[in-house]
Amino acid sequence: MLESLTDRLGNALRSLRGQAKLTEENMTESLQEVRKALLAADVHFRVAREFIDRVAKQCEGQAVLKSVTPGQMIVKIIHDELVSLLGEGSTALEDKKPLRVLLLGLQGSGKTTFAGKLALHLRKNGYTPAVIACDVYRPAAIDQLETLARDNDILFYGERDSKNVRKIGRNGWEWAKEQGADAIIFDTAGRLQIDEPLVKEVVDLKKEVQPDESILVADAALGQEAVNVAKTFHEAVGLTGIALSKLDGDTRGGAALSMKAIAQVPIKFLGTGEKVTDLEVFHPDRLAGRILGMGDVVSLVEKA
Amino acid sequence: MKSFFSKFKEGLKKSTPTFYKAFGKVGGLFSGKTIDADTLDELEEALYMADFGVETTEEILGAIREAYRENKELRGQEAAQIGTHVLESVLEGSEGRIEPGAHKPEVIALIGVNGSGKTTTTAKLAHLFKEDGLKPLVGACDTFRAAANEQVRTWCERLDVELVASQHGADSAAVAYDAYAAAKSRGADVLILDTAGRLHNKANLMKELQKIRRVLQKHDEAAPHHSWLVIDGSIGSNSIEQARVFHEAFGLTGIIVTKLDGTSRGGALVGIYRELKLPIYFVGLGEQPEDFQPFSIHHYTHALFGVED
Ligand SMILES: Nc1nc2c(ncn2[C@@H]2O[C@H](COP(=O)(O)OP(=O)(O)OP(=O)(O)O)[C@@H](O)[C@H]2O)c(=O)[nH]1
Ligand SMILES: Nc1nc2c(ncn2[C@@H]2O[C@H](COP(=O)(O)OP(=O)(O)OP(=O)(O)O)[C@@H](O)[C@H]2O)c(=O)[nH]1
Ligand SMILES: [Mg+2]
Ligand SMILES: [Mg+2]
Repeated sequence: MLESLTDRLGNALRSLRGQAKLTEENMTESLQEVRKALLAADVHFRVAREFIDRVAKQCEGQAVLKSVTPGQMIVKIIHDELVSLLGEGSTALEDKKPLRVLLLGLQGSGKTTFAGKLALHLRKNGYTPAVIACDVYRPAAIDQLETLARDNDILFYGERDSKNVRKIGRNGWEWAKEQGADAIIFDTAGRLQIDEPLVKEVVDLKKEVQPDESILVADAALGQEAVNVAKTFHEAVGLTGIALSKLDGDTRGGAALSMKAIAQVPIKFLGTGEKVTDLEVFHPDRLAGRILGMGDVVSLVEKA
Repeated sequence: MKSFFSKFKEGLKKSTPTFYKAFGKVGGLFSGKTIDADTLDELEEALYMADFGVETTEEILGAIREAYRENKELRGQEAAQIGTHVLESVLEGSEGRIEPGAHKPEVIALIGVNGSGKTTTTAKLAHLFKEDGLKPLVGACDTFRAAANEQVRTWCERLDVELVASQHGADSAAVAYDAYAAAKSRGADVLILDTAGRLHNKANLMKELQKIRRVLQKHDEAAPHHSWLVIDGSIGSNSIEQARVFHEAFGLTGIIVTKLDGTSRGGALVGIYRELKLPIYFVGLGEQPEDFQPFSIHHYTHALFGVED
C-alpha cells in the first residue's frame, strides 16, 4: 500500500509531465489519481473529493495549463493547500494559569500516556502540573496514570473506591490547587463516540471542572471513521484541540486531515513514541508531506 | 466451541448505517426502486467509508456496474446481493476456528501495535476457554508499559484464571519461558501470552518477539502454536502494513479484529485477508470478556450490506 501510493502519485505526475500539452481533460484524470492516493492514505472520502475540487480551482487560477512543468506545479499547489488546511488555527494551549485540560477519546488511543506527556511539556513551560485519574473502568487505569506520575514526579490524584467521575474530577481539582498545581490534567476512560451514557459522563465532568482545553486524543492511523469520531465528540463535548498519537508508526495519517477538515478543531500535538518525552508540537508541513507520500513529492515540490 | 453468532451480528448492525443508507437510497431493501448513476456514486462512497480500500471497493463496484450495464432495472436489493457475493468470495476460507487439544499446553501468543486490545483479548480468550471447560493460564509478557502487569492481574483475578507474571522491566522472553513451565506443571490446556504493544516499524521491538519464540521452542518446538495479530478495527489501511510486517517477523497464524462495536466496519480486514490469507479467528465487540465472537463471513458480509438472511 505504501509503495503503491507513491507510485500512484508518480504515475499521475508522469502522465502530466509526459504530455507536451496539459489539457483540462488529462488534468482531471491526474487529479483523480491523486484523489485515490489520498483515499489510500485514509483521508475521508468526502474530504478527499472536496480537497481535489479546491485544488482543481487553484490550478485554473494559477495558469498551470500554460506552465512548462505542470506536474510539479500541481503537486506544489496540493502540498500548499494541504499545509494551509492542516495548519489553520493555533497549536498553542490557552495561555493562562491555572490551566485545566480535559483529555478524551476512543479506547486505547493514548490518553493516559498523553496525560503524562502533556504534564511534562507544561512543566517545561513553567507550570506545576497535576494529573487526575478519571477513568474508573479500565482495569488498572488508575495505576497506569499513577505510575507515570510517580516516575516523573508529577502530582497525582485518584480515588480507588469511587465510580463518581464528576466528583473525582472536582475533588482532584480542589486537591491539586491545594498542592500548588496550576496545570490540571484530567485523564478519562476510553469511550466510543456513540456510547451515549459514557459521552454524557464526560460532558458532566466537563461541566464540573470547566476545562480551558478539551483535547481529543486520536490514533493517527484511524480509518475513515475518524471523521465521525471527531465530529461527534466535538458536537457533544466542544473540543479545543486534537492530539494525534502513534506518529512514530508508518501510517500516512490521512485521518488527521479528515478530522481537521470536518470538525475544524486545530491539531495541537503529535505523540511520537511510548515515552513521556515523545511529544511534539504540531507542524503542518511535515504531516502534509507524510500524507502525500514523502520524499518524492517533497523533492518535486522543491524543484517546482 | 459454542457459537455466539447472533451477538456478532447485533454488534455490527449498530455500526452499519452507511451501508444501510446507501443501499436504502439505491432503493433495494427499503423501497425496492432500481438503481442509477447517482446511487452508484453513493455506493462508492459507502464502500470507501468502510475502509475496504481502493482494490476491494473497485472490485465490488465493478461487479455491480457490470450487472447494471446488463440490466438497467437492477434493484438495490440485487446490487446488495452482488456486493455480498463479491465480498464473500474475497473472504472465502477466512474463518479461523480453534480447537485446543493437539498440544498441552496449546500456546497462543497475542501480538500487535500499542493499544489494539491484546490484554483485553487475553482476558476474553481466557474467559472463553474457561467457559468451554478448559484450563487456561495467562503469561504476562508485557513488562514494559506502565501498570501492564496490574491490568492483566486484575483481569485474571476477576476471571479466576491463573497468571504468571514478573516485575516491571523484566525480560519478557523469560516470562514466556516461565509461563510455559508453569502451564505444563499445573496441567493447563491453553497458555495465553499477552505481549507488549509495539509498532511494526521498530526493529528492536520486533526482535524481542523473536526471542519470545526462541525460548518457547526450548519447551516445545512447535510453540507458539498460534500467533495472532490483534488489530484495532477502527484503524485504516495501516493495519494491512501492520499485518504484513508482523507476519514477516513472527510468522502469524491468524488475526483478531477488535472494537467492531464502534462505528468502524473493519474493512481493512478484507485487505489483510486478500493479501496474506491469514484466517480471522475472533472479533471483539466491547470491553467485557463476553463481548467476543468467532468471525463469521456470512454475518460480517450480510450485516455490512444489510442483506437479510
Ligand atoms: N508508539 C507509540 N505508542 C503510544 C503513543 N502514545 C501512546 N502509546 C501506547 O499506546 C498504548 C495505549 O496508550 P494509553 O495511554 O494506555 O491509551 P488510553 O487512550 O489511555 O487507553 P484507554 O484508557 O484504555 O482508553 C500504550 O501501549 C501506550 O504506550 C505514541 O505516540 N507512540
Ligand atoms: N469498544 C471496545 N474497546 C475495546 C475492545 N477491546 C479492547 N478495548 C479497549 O481498548 C483499550 C486498550 O485495550 P488493551 O487490551 O489494554 O490493549 P493492548 O493492546 O493490550 O494495549 P497495550 O498493551 O498498551 O499495547 C482498553 O480501554 C480496552 O478496554 C473492543 O472490542 N471494543
Ligand atoms: Mg487510559
Ligand atoms: Mg496490553
